Formats: sequence, structure tokens, C-alpha cells
Amino acid sequence: MRGEPTKDPAGPRKDDVVLLSRVAESVYWTGRYLERAEDIARLLKVHTELHLDLPKAVGPGWSPLLAVTGAAGAFHALHARPTEEEVIGFLAIDADNPGSVLSSLARARANLRTTRSVFASESWHALNGFFQWALDTRDEAVDRRGRLRWMDGVVQRCHLLTGLMDGVMSHDHAYAFLAVGRNLERADMTTRVLDVQADILLRSSDQLGPYADITWMSVLRSVTAGQMYRRTMGGGISGAQALAFLLKDAQFPRSVEHCLTVIARSLLELPHSALPMAGCAELQSRLESADVGALASGGLKHWIDDLQTSIAALSETLSDSYFRVGSESLLRTA
Amino acid sequence: MRWDDYTSPGWDELLRDGQARAGCEGMVRALGLLSLAELRDRQSAAELAVRAMGITFTVYTESRNLDRAWPFDVIPRVLSTREWSAISDGLVQRLTAINLFLDDLYTDAKVLADGVIPREVIEGSVNFRPQCIGATPAQGVWAHICGSDLVRDSDGTMYVLEDNLRVPSGVSYMLENRQVTKRVFADLFRDLDIHPVDGYPHRLFDLLAALSPRPGIRPTIVLLTPGVANSAYFEHAYLTQQMGIELAEGSDLVVDSDDCVYLRTIEGPARVDVIYRRIDDMFLDPAAFRPDSLIGVPGLMRAWRAGKVAIANAPGTGVADDKVVYAYVPELIRYYLGEEPSLASVPTWLCHDEAQRSHVLANLSEMVVKPANESGGYGIFVGPQATRAESEAIRDRILAEPRNHVAQPVIALSTAPTLCDDRVEARHVDLRPFILSGEHPYVTRGGLTRVALRKGSLVVNSSQGGGSKDTWVIDPTVGDAPLVSAGARTGDR
Repeated sequence: MRGEPTKDPAGPRKDDVVLLSRVAESVYWTGRYLERAEDIARLLKVHTELHLDLPKAVGPGWSPLLAVTGAAGAFHALHARPTEEEVIGFLAIDADNPGSVLSSLARARANLRTTRSVFASESWHALNGFFQWALDTRDEAVDRRGRLRWMDGVVQRCHLLTGLMDGVMSHDHAYAFLAVGRNLERADMTTRVLDVQADILLRSSDQLGPYADITWMSVLRSVTAGQMYRRTMGGGISGAQALAFLLKDAQFPRSVEHCLTVIARSLLELPHSALPMAGCAELQSRLESADVGALASGGLKHWIDDLQTSIAALSETLSDSYFRVGSESLLRTA
Repeated sequence: MRWDDYTSPGWDELLRDGQARAGCEGMVRALGLLSLAELRDRQSAAELAVRAMGITFTVYTESRNLDRAWPFDVIPRVLSTREWSAISDGLVQRLTAINLFLDDLYTDAKVLADGVIPREVIEGSVNFRPQCIGATPAQGVWAHICGSDLVRDSDGTMYVLEDNLRVPSGVSYMLENRQVTKRVFADLFRDLDIHPVDGYPHRLFDLLAALSPRPGIRPTIVLLTPGVANSAYFEHAYLTQQMGIELAEGSDLVVDSDDCVYLRTIEGPARVDVIYRRIDDMFLDPAAFRPDSLIGVPGLMRAWRAGKVAIANAPGTGVADDKVVYAYVPELIRYYLGEEPSLASVPTWLCHDEAQRSHVLANLSEMVVKPANESGGYGIFVGPQATRAESEAIRDRILAEPRNHVAQPVIALSTAPTLCDDRVEARHVDLRPFILSGEHPYVTRGGLTRVALRKGSLVVNSSQGGGSKDTWVIDPTVGDAPLVSAGARTGDR
């Protein structure tokens, strides 16, 4: 679209396209919020399906969902008991919960709205229509009859957007920030699921008895890893193997390892990326040196907590390197 | 659609005594094939499209800003190519004179020395900027982008009601309205030769790029927005997307000691060549204008005066859309161009002149009284609809601030068929074409038609119950023929 105003052909195009720090930050958060909406919707769907399978006595209840999403405090400030309807409503459609699916979509939309120039217009139309749909149909999210379909609708529309952005937007610096945001959020969500669900499972597999397998499968399915796990690891499910798959598999796009690889590759595209690259490399080497078998028999929670702290630190490093550039330092580098 | 019971209180754009006006035959024929129910289906489809495309405008209320779906009426407003060509020429003439006036005013001010406009009119304008005196913007053009409001009186005369020269908005809605009608009236586009409008962003980009102080280098162009709370933010975001330029807020920009403007990017500072500003003068630069502005860029005026950055529209252009100065535009056309104005201006009485003021006060019930420097339809007094208390209030305001008030006769405003609850009724419309003044002047084909959706209302502003229509400039000479090849068109690209 950018026309050529002068006779003199300007140099290679790529060097000329500037990316504002504020825009980079909004694009990064667009990636994170879209991924968050997708991940939470899938989590709610899979947890609901698990409930349909398990007898009431051994059911995990609904509070693990609050723990995974880190929303327990906010929830209990408003609600007395974590009943199914209230937990699902809070996490799916509550506008007062900044981490709900609907709030995440609203935030993704608000961010994309301020950065329309870097996205293709199809992305804006798709996300805008998506948000309107989610708003119009939000009542279906809570009731068990419509819930699975609504969550599927969210997940599919997120995939549509991911595909649109991949397929019609230039894979430029803005796209790199989008990919970093998406994969950082994805890694974060995978570790959260492990933090809460796997920890409970590893400690209480005796009580679960015959239901341990489907519960582990449910953990895998929370990050759509069920089928790919079977293909890669073979038939049965063991806690240690599931853990290894979700943390260290090099090919599965939602394993922490894979997310970090994409982040590192995207950072390579960006200027001045030494500091965030170092943060990412530190996470990768920690993952590589982890003894998953040992973690499965104890210490998982502590290890994951450390990993999550480092993921949050990487996000801060991105902020310092690209988003919060004060005018003094701006002009010093001029 | 049957037109048996369709009546207009004045001049109707489409019909005269139930028959199509010249140039509107194809449209009337096409509408005749649709039932009311089908028309309503298309209206619903259009409203869905507006929602899905996220076409919104922001309304300020006391408590918060609301993002509302853009109100759209599905029946397009039609103009003939012949009439539009004449209007288009008249607008170019007008803007040529206005730009010569601005360039003169801020340099030699011959126009004042020659007594064409009284000095006190200029010095009394809140939009006159002494900070701009002596500046020499590229090509001598100050008002690069103008959105003039046109209204048609009951005798069919088209008047320029006002020229919006500061930060005119609405062009994005003109462009999006066309996208919407393409979706819902695709069948009509096959049969009528409708001039395209989507060349505008490209033309605007070329105009902005040509202003760059560094010719030979691909310019960095930004649209400077007040931010997401602004009523026209949708348009700001939309235009940057259409032009492939950057959307910047004041805090994204910084002026360095070399008087150049820099953008904060992930790679450090990047020099900005051209700023398409959508911020009012007074907030543009806290170092030059209002020191409390949080949305401006300190030092921007310094950079502009040093010729290190181009700003469109140039600061100070607002003096020419002061409603008192408006009254002098026909005289300015004669003075600078030696031509008679080809587009009519609305007769305007200036309240600071004692004789004119007496006339206004004696005939208030037939007058429209406007503050000299408001936009958005705020503060307008409409005599025939005013209560006694409102009349008393405006009388007091005129006497207190005569320089700040002008009066005009009530223009009836023409009507266009509009889909109302259970039928098609006549509603009043105006038209805002956009004029680009650069190396080659450019006028949009048609413009944004705004419609007062309330029966009898003359207020078309979207903030006050107005809606909009797509505007079709149709070439009736090819109206019956199948669509001709794009190369044979006189369209805008």
C-alpha cells in the first residue's frame, strides 16, 4: 500500500518499516490475550467433560479451575462457594474478572483496535465479529447444555484468527511480537495446568484408582495433547511420561519446550534482542537439565513455581527492552 | 417499492412529483423491484455488516464514552455525474482561494492591508494563530484536507454551509458505507454505473508523502491521534490501516534538540517526516499553545517552523473556518482568483456589525444562529423551532458576545427516501465531500451523506440522532447499459 512518492527508489523495504514501541506492546498483548481466551475455554471444556465421566465421590470439584487460572482470590471475594455455575460463569463470561474468556477477548480486541495498521483488515473484522458473537451468546457458556459448544466456538474462532494472522499478515517485527506473546502465554498456561492438576494427581493417584488414567488424559487434553501424546509416546499413560511430554517434547506445539523454541526463533528476528534471548536461553537450559522422573516423585510444584517466575521475568525483560523506552534513553541512542 | 404515498416537505434528492429526477431513473427503477420487506432485509444485513466490521463512533456522555454502531440507512443518496462535476469544480475553486488566503494572511497579510477582511475580524478569531506568522509550509498549502458541508435548499440550490478545515472527520464512514452497500446491494452495482470512492486513501497518502521535507527518502508518515477516547478514533485507526502509515499518540513522539521529530520504535528513535494530525491546534504543542495539553508533542511547532516536519493540516488553518470569516469567502475568491464563486454560500449576517445585528435580533424567529467557532452542531439556535426562553437566551448571548455569533436564514435542507419503521419516508440530508489540496486537487466522488433520522429534524450530526447513507454519483448516460469496462470509466483512479 505504501506508495513511492519520489523518483528515487528507497532502499530495502524491511528496514524502512518502523514499529512503534507502544504498537509492539499492544501486538504482544493481543497475542497473549487471544491465547489466554483459547486456553481457558479449552480448560473449562475439558474439565466439564471429565466431570461427566467421573462419579461424584471422586470428582475433583470445580476449584482446581480457579487455582489453574490464578483466580481463586478474586472469585472468593465475590462468591461464597465454588459451585459449577459460579466458577464457570466467573471464568468464562464475567466482565468483572479480568482473566475471563470474555474479558480476554475484549482486551485482545481493544489492543488490536489501536494497532489496526499492522494487522490485515480481515483480522480486525474476524476478531470484532468474534467478540460480538461471544457477547451475544454468553449465556450459553454457563449452562451445561450449551457450554461445550460455546467453548468449542471460542477455540475454533481463536484458531481462525491465528490462521488469518499467519496467512495474510507480513511476518515482520510485529508478527514476531505476536508470536512471542502467544507462545509465552501458552507456555505459561501449560505450566499452570501442570502446577495444579499434575501435582494433585501425582500425590493422590492411589485414591483415584481406576480413574487415574482418564484423569491424566484429561490433563493432556486440557492442552489438546491427548492424541499427539498417544502417537508419540505409545499406548498407556504414566504420570512421568505425560509430564515429560508436556514439558520437553520438541514437536508438540503446546509443550513448554516448543513454545520456548518459537519464542527464541521470533526474538532472533527482532533488533536488540540480547537480553530477552538470554532470558529465554536460561529457561531452555533449565528445562533441558530437568530430571522429569525425579520431579514426578517429588518437588514438581517447587520446580514449576521457579519456571513460572522465570517466564514472568522474561515478559518483564521484553517490556524493558522494547516497550518502556523512556525519552532520555530514546535520544541517547539517536 | 411504490412511491404513491411518498411526500417531501421540500426538495427531494431522488423524486419530483413521484417521478425520478434526472440521473436517478436507474435507482428508482431498481428500488421499484424491491418490496418493503426485501428492503428491510437488506437494512438488517447492512446493520449486521456494520457491527461485524466494527464501524463505530464514540458518544461522550457525562459519565463515560460509549462506542456505538454507526447508524446507517440502506437506501443510497444519488447525485448525477453532471451535477457533481460542477460542484467538484466549485469546491476546488473555493479551496484554492482559501489556501491563498491562509498563505497570504500568515505572511504578507495583503488581504488585510487591502481591506478585503477587516483586521479586527481576524484578530478576534479564536482560531487565528500568531505563532504561525511567517511560516512557509510546503507548496504554500495550509488546508490540505477539507470536509465542506453542502446543503440544498427547497429551490434546489446547493450551498456550502461550512468548510471544516481543522480536523475534518467522516471520510472513513464514506468509505465503509460503500463497503456495506457493496455487500447488500451487489446486484444494483451490476446495473448502475456508480463511481467508485475507494481511491481516497491512496490519494491522501500521495498528498502526505509529497510534503516530506526529505525528498528522495521513503517518508515516515504518522497520523497523530488524541487517543482511543476520541470520538473519531475509529477513523484514525481505519485510515492508518488503509494508508499503511503509523497511528501515533503524542507520547509516541519526541522533538530532539536538532528540531527533528522522532518516533519511539523498538529499534530506537526513527525520524518522522509528515504528521497527519487529528488533534486541534490548541493541544498540538504544549510549548506553543495550551501548556496543559497532555496529548500533544512539546516542541512540535518549533520543528514545523524549522521545516523539519510537515504537518497537515497546517496549524492555524482554523481561522478560515471561523463562521465570521466564512461570510467573506466569496469575496476572497474574487480577490485572489478574479473569478465569481461557482458555488453559493449561505447569506450570513455578522452580529458584530450593528446594522446586521439589529436585523438578526428583529428576525430571530426565522434565523439560525451559530457560535462562530463550534463544530459538531453544538450551540446552534434554530429560530422556527425555538422556545421563548431559548430565544431570550440567544438574544443575551449575542449581545454579550457579538463577534462570536453569526446568523443565517433557515435552509430547508433537501430530503432523501429513508427506511423508517413501517415505510419509506423523506428525511433531511446534507453532504460532506472531502477535498484534498496538493499538487493536484482531488475531490471525493460524492462524499458522506448524513441524514436526520428523526422526522422533521434538521440536525444530521451523528452525536445528535443523525445517521448516514452511501452516496452514489451515477452517470445516467450509461445507466441503462451493462457495466462498462473499468478503463472506460471516468471514475476516480
